[in-house]
Parts: sequence; structure tokens; C-alpha cells
Amino acid sequence: MFGLFNYWLAIVIMMIGFYGVIAKRNLLKQAIALSLFQTGVLMFYVSMGVYEKDGVSGVAPVWTDAAKAGPFDNPLPHVLMLTAIVVSVSTLAVAVALIVNIKRKYGTIEEDEILAIDARDR
Amino acid sequence: MEFESEFMRALMEHLPVVVVTIPLFGGLLTLFTGLIQRGGGVVAWLWSLLVTAAILACASLLLWQVQTTGEQVIYRLGSWPEQWGIVYIVDALNAYVIFTIALLGFMATLYAKTSIEAEVAHDRHHQFYTVWLLAIAGLIGISVTGDAFNVYVLLEIASLTVYTLVAMGGERDRRALVASLKYLILGSIGATFILLGIGYLLMLTGTLNMADMHDQLTQMHARGELAHNRTVLVGFAFLMVGLGLKMALFPLHLWLPNAYTYAPSAVSVLIASTATKVGVYMTFRFVFTIWGGVYDTSEDMYLLSLLACAGIVISSVTAISQFDAKKVLAYSSIGQLAYIVLGFSMVNEPGVTSSVIHIFNHAVVKGGMFMALGAVCLRTGGTSIEHLQGIGKQMPLTMAAFTIGGLGLIGVPMTAGFVSKWFLIEGAMEHGHWALAFVVLLGSLLALIYIWRLVEIIWLRPPLDPKRVVKEAPLTMLIPMWILIGSSIAFGIDATWTAETAQAAARVILEGAKL
Amino acid sequence: MLAQLFSLGMLGMLAPASSALPTVEMSLSPMLAIAVPLVGAFLIAIAGRWPNIRESITLATAVALLWVVGNLANFVEAQPTAAEKLVDVVPGIPLAFHIEPLGMIYALVASSLWILNSIYSFGYMRANHEPNQTRFYVCFAVSLACVMGIAFASNMFTLFVFYEALSLATFPLVAHSGTPQAIKAARTYLGILMGTSVCLMLPAMVATWVYTGTLDFVPGGVFSEPLANHVLTPALFGVIFALYMFGVGKAALMPAHRWLPAAMVAPTPVSALLHAVAVVKAGVFTVVKVAVYIIGVDQLQKYGQGGWLVLFAGGTILIASFIALFQDNLKRRLAYSTISQLAYVTLGAALLYPISIKAAALHIAAHAFAKITLFFAAGSIYTASHHRIVNVSQLDGIGRKMPWTMAAFTIGTLSMIGLPPTAGFLSKWWMLQGAWTADNQFAVFVLVGSTLLNAGYFLPIVYRAFFKPPPANEAAEVGHGHAHAEHAHAHGEAPLPMVLALIGTAAATVVLFFQPDVFAGLATMLADSLPKVVP
Repeated sequence: MFGLFNYWLAIVIMMIGFYGVIAKRNLLKQAIALSLFQTGVLMFYVSMGVYEKDGVSGVAPVWTDAAKAGPFDNPLPHVLMLTAIVVSVSTLAVAVALIVNIKRKYGTIEEDEILAIDARDR
Repeated sequence: MEFESEFMRALMEHLPVVVVTIPLFGGLLTLFTGLIQRGGGVVAWLWSLLVTAAILACASLLLWQVQTTGEQVIYRLGSWPEQWGIVYIVDALNAYVIFTIALLGFMATLYAKTSIEAEVAHDRHHQFYTVWLLAIAGLIGISVTGDAFNVYVLLEIASLTVYTLVAMGGERDRRALVASLKYLILGSIGATFILLGIGYLLMLTGTLNMADMHDQLTQMHARGELAHNRTVLVGFAFLMVGLGLKMALFPLHLWLPNAYTYAPSAVSVLIASTATKVGVYMTFRFVFTIWGGVYDTSEDMYLLSLLACAGIVISSVTAISQFDAKKVLAYSSIGQLAYIVLGFSMVNEPGVTSSVIHIFNHAVVKGGMFMALGAVCLRTGGTSIEHLQGIGKQMPLTMAAFTIGGLGLIGVPMTAGFVSKWFLIEGAMEHGHWALAFVVLLGSLLALIYIWRLVEIIWLRPPLDPKRVVKEAPLTMLIPMWILIGSSIAFGIDATWTAETAQAAARVILEGAKL
Repeated sequence: MLAQLFSLGMLGMLAPASSALPTVEMSLSPMLAIAVPLVGAFLIAIAGRWPNIRESITLATAVALLWVVGNLANFVEAQPTAAEKLVDVVPGIPLAFHIEPLGMIYALVASSLWILNSIYSFGYMRANHEPNQTRFYVCFAVSLACVMGIAFASNMFTLFVFYEALSLATFPLVAHSGTPQAIKAARTYLGILMGTSVCLMLPAMVATWVYTGTLDFVPGGVFSEPLANHVLTPALFGVIFALYMFGVGKAALMPAHRWLPAAMVAPTPVSALLHAVAVVKAGVFTVVKVAVYIIGVDQLQKYGQGGWLVLFAGGTILIASFIALFQDNLKRRLAYSTISQLAYVTLGAALLYPISIKAAALHIAAHAFAKITLFFAAGSIYTASHHRIVNVSQLDGIGRKMPWTMAAFTIGTLSMIGLPPTAGFLSKWWMLQGAWTADNQFAVFVLVGSTLLNAGYFLPIVYRAFFKPPPANEAAEVGHGHAHAEHAHAHGEAPLPMVLALIGTAAATVVLFFQPDVFAGLATMLADSLPKVVP
């Protein structure tokens, strides 16, 4: 049960983020929540890279002598997540840039107020 | 001569990666046009035109290569074997998709000059074209790669750039900013779901190569390991939701109408004709190439076809009551996408053929129609019904293109839309589902209503202000517009080439789907 | 004298071999018949600024088309000629054309009436100062190109393409005046025609393709094999047949008839085009063509699927005639008459006997010439009376002011009722024979009953026109202080081109009774080519 702890945590973080995206009416909060949502996936991937069976950690393929080897995890998911982190940061950057511009043009970053302004303009 | 053939040989060898690297680096170089002229100006446009022309040439070569040899083109990046490195695979399906994107990219760039000059601030053109080319790079990259994680990366390149492009409309109409942010949030959720789905696949198979994934899954299936394996189901579910968001499949389409409506005209042309199509292409790859034959997806496909039917009817009904012509087209895009989804959800040859052929046909028709509306926006300052009233007499060429394009959306014979519809109905009947066929026909009728409403406004109503002088659209707009609309007619009259290409692609897709 | 000259001219035009124009011995392509009006349309559009040149081109194109069609008629044989492929639209489904008797009837009717209709239009459009005349003539020519495409189509797909194109090409004609009422009517028109064809005919076509693998027109139909192999159940076969029959909205089979009265807002030459030359004829032509060449009448008989159509067609005949009795608006009355007359053709096809098919084919021609006469007359009255007379109740004594018009009108009504010496008599006679052969009491009852009804709604018009005195208080009645009051008594015949045209069509109606060989020969050829059925 404890072995799946990481996955539980990943899903909990994701769902907190997901909730924030849906429930919060402040655009910046939505962006933060979105970032949190994406972070959950990072944990999910990194957890998947663990090479551990029955308490024995894996051995890096380059070691011929297992006794000398330290603990080893699959590096592939980590590498993938480096990319995903970059993506998530750039997404946040674009989102924040948009929000700054929205603030300039609308004078608010509350979604309800923006909708009200648009409805009034029409 | 010697050099030329050497060059051609090298080019042919590296084609699959060249179609992505040209716009990628070409896009980055566009930034430097700002040094030549403030904001890049016409230099940035000319450079982008050159780059997109080069992509189009390469994409055509690639398509020609695949069609003449009839084999897959496999390109291993850095010569790493498929299991470890990234591999680009081009077959009858994606050569066709790449060609469609390249063609539309070139036409949209040709068109962009006048429209962008009018709609984007003059000191930012180099930035615009940089992002523009990067978006094309991302879209083509998704279609060419055979690596699941690479799909995600390129998808994010395409998405982030498209969000930015949409937001560029904020100078004309601030609603573009909000639309772009909504698109960003929903798009990122979709992409994250796709990433999760890929994660489950990686967990299951230990590989990221699509072909390898398929092999691993079929072997596991043969060994009976997938019988009660929930990982495979959850992965599929995450992917389908993510892809549904990217395809704007009803009910995940909410980001689309505003994004298409408030984006700059040229951007609407590009994204309406390519962005969602790439989502469809990814779905083909995940559902058929990876999952095909691994487990029985007929129930999922049934669900998809129901969603598609709902999408066709609801989006078309919504389109009827819109006041902005761009929004009519945006809702119509959701409906047309649903036709594509309906086609492949039948999992038979005519159905999948209709999907594949409609990727091209709809791109051409919708691209041409958005171009026409962009020209109206340029000349009158908007695309709402008041702007369109009686414009037919003032901009006859533009509006004739719009009308013919509209006939294509309805699916009138002798337009490309009819060919798609023909295969779709044939697929439904072969499938034994007359009800699906009638939903398609109902969709055509609804399309007739929403298009004809605009046609009457354009041609039969008097202009709102008869003294207003409206000139015909400039040639840089008319030429690409009529090339697209003309090809919609040409491929409606003689669809042999498109139909055979699509049938070949459909066979590739269904090859993977055999149980 | 004038009438004689004209009838002689008509005969000369209709009998292709004896045409004054040179005949061509080498093989002509049916595609030429489509190309001629299209080129004409293009030239008309260019010449739009000069009305005289524009109208000369229209007439020249019409004559050229008749010449082409007349020469094509030399190649007619009982079996369709080999298909000439233009282009493969989808692999296996080409745009292709052939010549066969039924299509020839339709093409000859349309192309010969186009000449007369053009002459009539020149008078009508000018006299009534109609707007957008260039658009009118261009759309008219394009419509004729579509008609030729329908008539010579060698597969269902080609027919469907031109059928839809015809709906679109006639839309601007129906919406001609641009008034909200006209636009609304045009919307109904397009909605019903496109709706039925897209929702019913298209699936029927695809089903045909899925079950038989072909859409070609083959004498005897294409369904015998899947039916014999039990791939297709007779019930589904019946459904496909029904989809085809109701999919042809242009045949105005009830309940898809609403567009026809609605389209009455259009100018009279357009009504003539709709009712006689092109549109409704395209409908009934398609009905007969599908019944003979796709479904196969013998297959219908073998599997007992045609019966319900007799009821629908018969019902349409009676109900439409009954409604016509109560229409005061002259053009509306004519429209309902058209609905009932079209159902005769459908009835002929539904009876499933060679003689009734023959009657149906001939009725396409007979009705065309008579109905165009009636519409021409209605338009002439409207023009001559300065837009004042549109109702039957206003026609008292009009025969004295417009003797030529009303004489032609009378001939038209005789043909509608089916009395000699008019073409309508022949087709009705064969139709009755068909009904007797089929031993179908209902059909006989319908034919007799509708004849009475036809007489009931047409003869009062003739009676009013010739035997009732003009209203003494006409000036006061219409006047109510209107400026037109002075014109009320002043008007005589309509402009000369209109009178010439309507005398021509009336004469043709009579000539076709005495010399029916052109159409009757083709109809007989068609009937003889049908597979012999032993009931």
C-alpha cells in the first residue's frame, strides 16, 4: 500500500490543481492551479522511474559488479520530465503574459467581471 | 550537376526531419528580420513565405516519395535505433497530413501579408512570423514523429504558439486575450491528459516508440496479460479525453468558437484548417497504430460516434443563431470535426477514408472561407452580420469564393465536401447504421440553413450604408483564397487523387486496427 | 395564318431529321448539349450591358441548343448508347452521359420550349421593367445546361449532380424580385428541393451503390442480382424505392409539393421554366428514369413493391385538383393543376406496365406544351392589364380584349383535361389503357375523377373569358381613385413577342395530337425496351 503512496500523492496534487482551474474565478489563481496540475504529472512520471522490487533497488546497467553500485532509478522518465518542466514553465509564462495584458485592457482579472464587461459591450 | 544530384540525394534522405527543421530554424531566424527593418515588415513576410514554400516543396516531395515507393520512410534521429532514439516515420497517412498542413501554411502565409499589416502592430511583425513558423513546425512535427513523447513536446510547441497567435488579435479586439487564455487553460489540461496517457503506456511497455508500443501491447495481449489490466484502460481514457479536447470534440469544444472568432484573420485561417486536424491525426495514431488490435475498442467507438452525432447537430444548430460570421464558421468547424470523428469511429474503409479525405477537404474549404471573411474584416472593419449586408455587390469575387466554400460545407455535389460526405454515408450504410447516415444528412440540412442565411444577407439584402465605398479585396488575399476554393471544386469534380490517397491512408490506419 | 406559319415552324424544329439546319452525320457528344447553354450563359453575362445583343445571344443559344439536341436525336436507339465519361469523381463513379429515348423526350421538350420561352421573356421582362435582367438570362441558360445534364446523365450520380445544380441555378430566378415575400418563397423552394434530395435521394443512391456496386442506368434496373441473392430484402428494396420517389422533390408528389405554389411569386417566364421547361419535368423525368433504369419495373412487380405509389400518386392527383378548384389566384390554380398533372406521370410509372410508362413519357411532353401555354397566357393577362388582373374572378369578358391569348389558353385547358384535338388526350388515353391492363380500379377511378375535376376548375375560366360580359362597373371597382382606372378598358393584347410565343406553344399542343411521332415514337421505343413482364 505504501508503495503506491507516490501515485496517490501525484493524483491528489493533480486534483487540487484541477479543482482550482475549474472553481477559481480569478485568472491568476487559475494559472497557478494549472501549474499545480501539471506538477502532479511530474511526480507521477518520476515515481514510475523507480527500479525497486521487494525492497531491493535496481542496478544501473553500466555496473558489472552489483555490490559497488548505489541505488538506481530509470533515468528516462526524469529526462522526459525535464522537458515537461520546461513546457509547464513556458505555459505559465504565456498565461501570465496574457493575464497582464487582460489586466491592462479590462482593468480586472476576475473572470465574472470580464464576462460582465463583454456582455455590456455587446 | 554533380552537386545538385548530391544535394537532392541528401535532401531526399533527410526529408522527414527537414520538413520540421526548416520552419523551426526558419522561425527563429525570422526574429532577426527585426534588425533589418523595424518590426520586420515586409522582409519578415517574404522570409516566412520563402520558408513555407520550402516546406511545401519538401512535403510534396515526401508525399511523392511515399506514393511512388509505397513504403514507409523511416528516419532515425542521430542514427539511434528505434528503441532508444526518436524516430520519424512517414507513411501514406501522415505524408498526406503533412502535405495538407504545408499547403495551408503556405497559402495562409501568402494571405497573411495584408491581413497582418492591418491587424497586428507594425513593430511586432517579426515576432508574429516567428511564432507563426514555430506553430507550423509544431503542427508538422506532430504529424511526422513516431515517438509518443515527442508528440507531446511538439504538441506543446504548436499549442503555445497558437495561444500566442490567437492573443495577437487582442490589439483589434480585447476579447481575443480572454479567448486565448481559455484556450490555453483547456489546451494545457488536454495536453497534460495526453502526457498522463503516454505515461501509462510507458509504464506498461517501457518504450516510447509507437510501433514498439504496439508490438509490446500485442505480445502482452497474446500472453493474456491485458485481460483485467486497468492500466491500459485508464491510459486510453486519459488519452481520449486529452485528444477530445485537442480535437474540440463535443462536449469538449468550448475553447474553440471564441479562439477562432477573435484571432487575427490569418491566424483563424491557419488554425481552423490545421490545428484540430492534427488532433485527429494523433487520435488515429493512438487509437489505431498503438491500441489497434490490442483490445476491443468497439464500445469506445460507439461512444465516440454518439458524441460526434451530438456534436454535428448541436454545433450546427448553434451556428444558425450566431451574429458573427466568423463564429458561424467556428461552430461549423466543430460540426465538421465531428464528421471526421464519426467517420473513423465506424472503423471500416469508407468511413475512415471519409475522415482522412475530409481532413484535406475541410481544411481547404474552411481555410478559403476564413480568408474571405478576413478580407471583409480588412475592408469593413468587422465580420458581423451588419458588415456582411449587401457586400456581395461590392466584393463579388471574395463573396463568390465564400459562397462556393459554403456550398462545400453543405456538401453540394461537385464540391470537395460532397466527396467526404459520400464516403461517410457509404461507411454508415456498410456499417448497417442508417441512423448515422441520417444524422449526417441532417447535418447537411442544418449547414444549408446556416450558410444560406449568410448567403441571403450577403447577396440579397441591401447594404446597411449604401454610400459606404467598399473595395474588392487585394490580390494577395484573392489569389490564395481562390486557389483553396478552386481546389475545393477541382477535388470535388475529380476526387480520384484525393480519394485514392485517402484510401491508401485508410488502409494504413485499419491495418493497425485489425484484431 | 400566323398560327399556321408558327405551327409549321415548330414542326420543322421538332422533327429533327427534316430540320432546315444542316444535320451532322458524325457522332455528336451529349456533352455538347451541356456546353452550348453554358457558353451562352457566359456570353450573356459579358453582353449584359447591351440588352439587344444579350437577348440575341439568348435566342441564338436556344436555337443552337435545339439544333444540337435535334441532331443527337438521330442517335437514339431503344437501348442507351455507350456512356461517354467526362471525369471520375470518385473512383468508380464518373460523370458520364448517354442518349436514350426518355432523356431525348425531355431534352427535346426543354430545348424547343426554351426558344419560345426566350421570345416570351423578351416581351415580358421589358414590358414589366423587371430588374436584374442579365442575371435572369444567365441563370436561365445555366438552368438549361443543368436540364441537359439531367436528360443525358448515364448514371444516377450524374443525374443527382445536375439535379442539385438545377435547384441552385433556379434559386435566383425564384427570388428574382428580391422582395421579402420572394425571398421567403425562394427559401421554401430551395429548402424543400434540397431537403428532399439530400435527405432521401442521396441515401437511396448510396444504398444503391452499397448493395449493387453501380449507379449506372441499366434497362431493367440494377437490383435483380442482390435481390435474387437475398443480400437485399424486398422490404429494404421497397424502402430504397420510396426514398427515391419522395427524394425527387421536384416531382411535387404530396406531401413534398409546397414549394410549387410558393414559387408562384416569380416572374411568369420563370414559372413557365419551373412548370414546363425544366424543374418539375426534371422531377418526373427522374421518377420515370429511376423506376425504369435503376429500380426496374419488373423487379417492383416481382417483389410487389409498387402498389403504395399508385395510392400516393392517385391521392395527389385528386387532392391537388380539388384544392385547385378553390384557388382564385390564376397562377396558384395553375400550380395546383401542375401538381396533379405531375402525379399522372408518377402514376404512369407506378402502374408498372409498358403502356403506362409510355403514357408517362409522353405526358412529360404533352403537359409541358400545354402548361407553358397556360402560364404564358396568365403572364400576358398580367402584363396587358398592367399588373391588375391576377385572379380568376377578374377574368370576365377578357376573351374579347385578348382573343389570341384566350384562344391559346382554351387549347391549353383542353389538353389539361385530356380532350382531343390536343396532345393531352393521347397520353391520357394510354394512361387509361395502362390502368385497364393493370386492372387497377383505383387508377381508373382517379383518371376519370380527375378529368372531371380538371374540367371543373378550367372550363369556368374559359366560360368567364368568352361568355361573361366585362364588368360594367370595372372602372369603379378597380378604380377607388387609382390612376390605373383609365387603363382598365384600354388594354388589349400583350406585346407581340409574348403573343407569338403563346400561339406557338398552343399550336404545338394541337400539332402534337396530329403528329405525335416525335415524342410518341420515343415513348414507344422506351416502352418496347422494357423487359417483358408476365404478371
